[in-house]
Amino acid sequence: MKPASFDYHAPATLAEALELLGDDAVESRVLAGGQSLVPMMNFRLAVPEALVDLRRIEELRYLRTGADGALEVGARTTQAELLRDPAVAAGWPLLHAGVTHVGHPQVRSRGTVCGSLAHHDPHGELPALALALGATITVAGPDGRRRIAAEDFFVSFYEVALESGEMVVEARFPAPPAGSGWSFREIARRHGDFALVGVACLVAPAETRLVVFGAAERPLLLADPGEVAAAVRPLDDLHASAEYRRQVAVQLAGEALAEARERAGG
Amino acid sequence: MADPGGEREVRLVVNGVERVAAAEPRLLLSDFLRHRLGLTGTHVGCEHGVCGACTVLLDGEPVRSCLVFAVQAEGAELRTVEGLAGEDGELGPVQRAFHEAHGMQCGFCTPGFLISLTALLEERPGASEEELVDALSGNLCRCTGYANILAAARAARDQAAERA
Repeated sequence: MKPASFDYHAPATLAEALELLGDDAVESRVLAGGQSLVPMMNFRLAVPEALVDLRRIEELRYLRTGADGALEVGARTTQAELLRDPAVAAGWPLLHAGVTHVGHPQVRSRGTVCGSLAHHDPHGELPALALALGATITVAGPDGRRRIAAEDFFVSFYEVALESGEMVVEARFPAPPAGSGWSFREIARRHGDFALVGVACLVAPAETRLVVFGAAERPLLLADPGEVAAAVRPLDDLHASAEYRRQVAVQLAGEALAEARERAGG
Repeated sequence: MADPGGEREVRLVVNGVERVAAAEPRLLLSDFLRHRLGLTGTHVGCEHGVCGACTVLLDGEPVRSCLVFAVQAEGAELRTVEGLAGEDGELGPVQRAFHEAHGMQCGFCTPGFLISLTALLEERPGASEEELVDALSGNLCRCTGYANILAAARAARDQAAERA
């Protein structure tokens, strides 16, 4: 239950961090809030040779509304900071509601929004929220920056579309269109646990985005609750059977869509 | 540059006192507090961020000290259970409420509960029932003595609300 030895770097700039991550001779991992990585290191499921801690990089510490009205979340912003921001609660109520289900207060005070996205536990709330809200993830690497749509970012269990030497620097959540409604539902053994199954739903005038998570190797974006039963590929484990998860996913999807439509004004 | 994997000095403020001790990067903050600084009031239960026994306040926020490396706390301000009592050893208000309502059985989880509740009541002295439960949901009691823990937490909240 103690991590193996590693080299520790706490660079002051993003450029230095990218230089460290770009060294192919060393297997480095980014350390942001550490709420997923450190448990994995304590169990020695992760044994990185070096950690690049973001804690001194001030340029990654922001939570702001961009010129196009999108919410821009820098890689150092914690889940607790996001929950405390009244602009997020007012403008992105789905995001706010979903993040209250992420772990416990002691986890959210360290855990970062971008870290949850990069870690991609398919039972986690933030990947599903990013997909439902049509977020884009900005990554930086040796060849500069690129933006990846949430649809293309989450690949499989704990796997995302990051290339070697790249790191997530920002998540951008577009402002939900006027007249849209939302719903967030999950079933977990205890509040704060990872969801057995959950649903995040955004109903906008032009588009319905229904996301089922915890039911496949990545969150699934669907257009209609009728597609859920055939689309999910749930796990069968000691927490719940696959058939139970399938039924819950279908039920939650129907409830969430109805609630989101009601909030949108019918 | 110094050896990035070797021991280095970690300087931080714990319960108002500046402390300096050596830590290699892999040393968890929980072990740093207990073994390097001798502050054994912070308990270590699961060491993977589930039980909450090792909760401390880091720059005012409750965190699991088993999920933070000591080197990450360089320059930080920490409060541990040892910092809750007055200088004369008199129990702090949250500790007193736990004592009076017997909000413990074996006592192993108590430091974590005290710290989590202190964090909540300093931010929200009149916390609602829902907020109380949410703030304590990340702490496990292996004796399952939750009824008295919640009774103590409510008493501490009522006293905090009166003082506010």
